[in-house]
Amino acid sequence: MATQQTRSLARFMMAPSVVLLFIWMIVPLAVTLWFSFQQYNPLNPMRDGFVGFSNYALFYSNPAFLYSILNTLTIVVSVLIITVIGGILLAMLLDQPIWGQGIVRILVISPFFVMPPVAALVWKNMIMHPQYGVFADIARFFGAEPIDWFGQHPLTAIILIVAWQWLPFATLILLTSLQSLDGEQKEAAEMDGAGFLSRFWYLTLPHMSRAITVVILIQTIFLLSVYAEILVTTNGGPGYASTNLPFLVYQKALLEFKIGQASAGGVIAVILANIVAFFAMRAVGKNLDK
Amino acid sequence: MARAVTTQHKTIATAAAWIVALLIFFPILYTIITSFKSEQEAIQGFALIPSGTTESYAEVQAQSGYFKFFLNSVILSVGSTLLAILIAVPAAWSMAFSPTKRTKDILMWMLSTKMMPAVAVLFPIYLIFRDTGLLDSRIGLTVMLMLINLPIVVWMLYTYFREIPGEILEAARMDGASLWNEIIYVLTPMAVPGIASTMLLNIILAWNEAFWTIRLTTTDAAPLTAFISSFSSPQGLFWAKLSAASTLAIAPILIMGWFSQKQLVRGLTFGAVK
Repeated sequence: MATQQTRSLARFMMAPSVVLLFIWMIVPLAVTLWFSFQQYNPLNPMRDGFVGFSNYALFYSNPAFLYSILNTLTIVVSVLIITVIGGILLAMLLDQPIWGQGIVRILVISPFFVMPPVAALVWKNMIMHPQYGVFADIARFFGAEPIDWFGQHPLTAIILIVAWQWLPFATLILLTSLQSLDGEQKEAAEMDGAGFLSRFWYLTLPHMSRAITVVILIQTIFLLSVYAEILVTTNGGPGYASTNLPFLVYQKALLEFKIGQASAGGVIAVILANIVAFFAMRAVGKNLDK
Repeated sequence: MARAVTTQHKTIATAAAWIVALLIFFPILYTIITSFKSEQEAIQGFALIPSGTTESYAEVQAQSGYFKFFLNSVILSVGSTLLAILIAVPAAWSMAFSPTKRTKDILMWMLSTKMMPAVAVLFPIYLIFRDTGLLDSRIGLTVMLMLINLPIVVWMLYTYFREIPGEILEAARMDGASLWNEIIYVLTPMAVPGIASTMLLNIILAWNEAFWTIRLTTTDAAPLTAFISSFSSPQGLFWAKLSAASTLAIAPILIMGWFSQKQLVRGLTFGAVK
């Protein structure tokens, strides 16, 4: 019943969303791209002007850049490994018949609803604090020296915090997928004498593969831009030990006012995200056809 | 399932699940416990039973005016969600009920805007906000949060609307219902649950957004994310106060979150896992 009238009505109804998102995507990105080829410093406007690729060169030659890329990737990969493997195990555990399943689910999912600065500060002060934290209490109980997490292992500490926030997400989605697994298939496999491991490998894992893909892709988008957790715990330090790409760009732009370099960093972040997005879109798009 | 579940199996699984669940929940639980301790108590080592004092809560309000930040969080998250719904409903509606060849491309493109890293546009947005006087204003931040969540809102609504059977519409049209009547009497009642779920999830997402809300505010429009971040530099004895502030900041959304588990899966996977 798609008459000319309904078709133009449809276009009219869609316009606000499309136009707004288009402006929101194109205008700031164009400005960033423009600034990335400019020398622009609000504190020192004398030398402003077009500088070609030298911002990229400066950003590239900055030792912090290499650190930040490495740290960004370390955070993404470590958190993904922890949450996917942990999520699969937890989902399989919660899929068992247990007493109080509703409450257990609520407890497990809760960290996901904690806003990032609260999560990071709670871990920093209540759990990992070298003097008053619970980890320190445990260490002292066993007669060990408490670990100064944010001084000695800042990146590990941040990875732990972020993994704690995302493990519930992975668990919930994998559990949802697990619950749609056909019980009869499982039984048939059991009847045929398939052991636990072979059932997991040939039946459960393939069934969850789509959910696992989705978890990896969506988490990657968010993990590439971890920010508040770093801001309230280590502030990127000591040195550049826990500076990731978003944090470096923020430092360049709003603390050092090196807008050109910050913009070059931003463009690099876009390229990085696009590589990920390319795979993400294909996976989600495939699911849409179903 | 015909498979007999032995009590022993269930007992072991239950014990394991509860232990893991309590470990995961522990940081939140311990924060809530500590919030009912006095500052002296809070640093005296591990203790699960607080004295039950509420002085930290009183102090958080008295010292930093917690309520103002709370109010900003409510205004920003609810405001941006309502605005997003208002803009997204017509779009999702037309995509679900009169799809064209390009509908899928448009949906994918909207999703792709979500993947742009915020830092890449930090400075342009900062400039625009500064020059238009939107810095530290609720209106500016509401629009910002709306734009960030708009793709998710359109997607979620689209997946819900798509499940409304088209035959019902045709039947209504056969009966001579006008487009307006069709929307009010046929579609709206069926769409309300989906819209409510979408709102719930997006209020949660907006409440917890911690990049723009920290960077674009200073005092007037600062929500709880910015308020909590002010605790990042230690201020003497502040463990109980930090706990009270944290508890207050997460409690409302934690409770909302518990009710939205299903929508969470659906919304955050863009309908790929249901």
